[in-house]
Amino acid sequence: MNEEYVLQLQHISKEYPGVQALKDVSLEVKKGEILALIGENGAGKSTLIKTCSGAVIPTSGKIIVNGKEFSSMSPQLAAENGIAIIYQEFNNVKGLSAAENLFLGNPIKNGILIDRKAMEKEAEKAFAQLNIKIDPKKLCGDLTVGYQQMVEIAKAIKQNARVLIMDEPSAPLTSAEVESMFKVCELLKSQGVSIIYISHRLDEIFRLSDRIVVLRDGEYIKTLITKDSHVDELIRLMVGRELTETYPARPDCIRHDETVLELQDVTGNGDTNISFKLHKGEVLGLGGLVGAGRTELAQMLFGAVEKTSGKIIFKGKEIHPRSPRQAIDAGIALVPEDRKRHGALLGVSVKNNINMAIYNRISKLSVINSKKELETANSYKTNLLIKTPSVNQLVRNLSGGNQQKVILGKWLAANSELIIFDEPTRGIDVGAKFEIYSLINNLVEQGKSILLISSEMEELMGMSDRIIVLAEGKMTGELKRESFDQNAIMRLASAV
Amino acid sequence: MKNTIMNQIRDKAIWLVLVVLFIAFAAANDKFVSANNLFTIARQVSMFGIAAVGMTFVILIGGIDLATGSIITLVNVVAAYLMVKMNFSIIAAIITSLMLATLIGSLNGFMVAKIKMPAIIATFATQIIFEGAAYIMSGGTPIYGFDPAFKMIGQGYVGPVPVPVIIMAITFAVGAFILNKTYFGRYFYAVGGNEEASRLSGIKVNSVKFMIYALSGFFAGLAGIVMLSRTNSAQPTAGKGFEFDVITCVVLGGVSVSGGYGKISNVIAGTLIIGILTNGMVLMNVSTYMQMVVKGIVLILAVGFDSIQNKSGLAKA
Repeated sequence: MNEEYVLQLQHISKEYPGVQALKDVSLEVKKGEILALIGENGAGKSTLIKTCSGAVIPTSGKIIVNGKEFSSMSPQLAAENGIAIIYQEFNNVKGLSAAENLFLGNPIKNGILIDRKAMEKEAEKAFAQLNIKIDPKKLCGDLTVGYQQMVEIAKAIKQNARVLIMDEPSAPLTSAEVESMFKVCELLKSQGVSIIYISHRLDEIFRLSDRIVVLRDGEYIKTLITKDSHVDELIRLMVGRELTETYPARPDCIRHDETVLELQDVTGNGDTNISFKLHKGEVLGLGGLVGAGRTELAQMLFGAVEKTSGKIIFKGKEIHPRSPRQAIDAGIALVPEDRKRHGALLGVSVKNNINMAIYNRISKLSVINSKKELETANSYKTNLLIKTPSVNQLVRNLSGGNQQKVILGKWLAANSELIIFDEPTRGIDVGAKFEIYSLINNLVEQGKSILLISSEMEELMGMSDRIIVLAEGKMTGELKRESFDQNAIMRLASAV
Repeated sequence: MKNTIMNQIRDKAIWLVLVVLFIAFAAANDKFVSANNLFTIARQVSMFGIAAVGMTFVILIGGIDLATGSIITLVNVVAAYLMVKMNFSIIAAIITSLMLATLIGSLNGFMVAKIKMPAIIATFATQIIFEGAAYIMSGGTPIYGFDPAFKMIGQGYVGPVPVPVIIMAITFAVGAFILNKTYFGRYFYAVGGNEEASRLSGIKVNSVKFMIYALSGFFAGLAGIVMLSRTNSAQPTAGKGFEFDVITCVVLGGVSVSGGYGKISNVIAGTLIIGILTNGMVLMNVSTYMQMVVKGIVLILAVGFDSIQNKSGLAKA
């Protein structure tokens, strides 16, 4: 037992049905150090820190805080033992003042009344301790994002947090705000507070951290001393897995002479100047980290969000999709990331889901041609091998892979020519994954074009003909199949 | 599997309640089962039933329409005013007032779908506005003295069957047709189940909502015409509180208040239950205030049952 550690995680594992999110991960945090936690999307960073806050109960392992051992935490225990997390989404009440937010749930009282004056005074002190100037009377909703984050940090410190865990703290901030956040971090460090800093911005990690822990696929990989390490090494550690999974082979069916989709400086929804071409029969992968602006780009192509400028040229004609309906009628489809919330209509039957985008086409005077409706549903049930006792089954009762096939069936029924897949295999078991890959191959063989957004490096490299990488809303590079390389993709995605 | 059995029970339970209630009242009061009384019940519920079709659509998409009662009042007053004071023909008066009812429904639809006001507030506001407007227009006194032919709609018979019952039956049939045979019905269920997924499937969610509130206004207007013909006099408070009974009919009929689930056939059962309950209580000399207490409890039971269903459904998913 080493006393210099304020927090130790020992042999933490977390299993979900069918998924091992964390495998025997151990790490230590020293007093007054900034420890960076890095890894690709899905490496297990969030799950790991959630075990510290009590939001996730580990399947096995120990959490040792100041020498006290716990098999799992609860939010109360975490707070009592001085562990605080600053999430990306702030836990503040926008309609209350900064001071009131600081004392949220635990206000200073004067009899039965709230002593606002005292709270404002205390708040001022708390902010001064962090060397920041915030008017405690100001409503949280009127503060900039950076200051709102400071209020969160001040709140944690006021509650005697000794370990501050920050999950992508710089993501919503402007560069000036990042600078002040760094200053606060340094100050806290000098006061003996330890910080676990999660970020995919490697430059920040090199500037701020003392040590770096790398996770990959739920496993602990290595701890590095920041000043002795190098970006290349980090990237290699983050992505350096063996490419083991096999992907169904497909013949080359790219029609290089036929451009289906062309983007010219498309800007909006957080993306800037995105330009690329997609050929008929091609699978174009969109790589990048979470928040790189890939889903946002898909939303603009699909008309779910309007672009602010730039040109979308689809099948030789410029289009301006202002609603999903317009995009669908043009021949664009989106298989969204959040299947249950945005993709399938869970409370509606398989038959109705498959026909949902084409009811206006199979109806006369709004009366549905129910024979056609049933035929369409049954044909896609057969073609896509959707496992369901009947097409009248509610989609809620299907497995994830089969729900995904129902969504795909809907777009094939609508005759879509460009299909955008956003994380198509997330939460789908291995067997069903392979089926989805084979379906994607069938689609390009039939002359459809695919835009594939995937955070799984293997999947992206295994399925794409070409990969475009985005970072923070900008295109950072393009790779042809023969030059696919995990390190190169990660480097582009981290924009270093 | 368990899910399907639960749904089966949920689907049929309401008819069982109806039968039990019927037998209970029949045993308690010998006047209850007379042919005369049964037709009275059927005539009484016809207005609820007609308005319930529109309300079913609204609740299916997870909305609510509180303006139903005041649309009924306004239609009473306007149709009477047109016929008596402005010498409109019966047909012209009916068409004009139905158009007005649809227009008010469209206003609700505009506020809910385009301005994104919460339905409960938007329709509450129109309820108050048009209740007041009807009162102003009538001067606070009943309007009467229509062409005797107008009585046919609310009081006439075709063979042994009262005309309002026929109108209700047609309305239910139209409602079931829209829900089951047209794509609008599919859209209603889809939007009620998940708005965002519906939008991303190409459904113009706002247009669907707008249309539904307009339809709800239209059906309320139709119920208003039947009421005017039955009472043969336009009362400035004719439809007050009517939406409460209609909402109870619909929710009792198993339409989920959170949207996405429900059937017209069960709304018929819900409507009949409210009819039998009201009539039975009147026969047993239960005071109006006690009736309010009972109906309020019935609404709580119906919504409570629905909420418990939803909770267990969510836990499963």
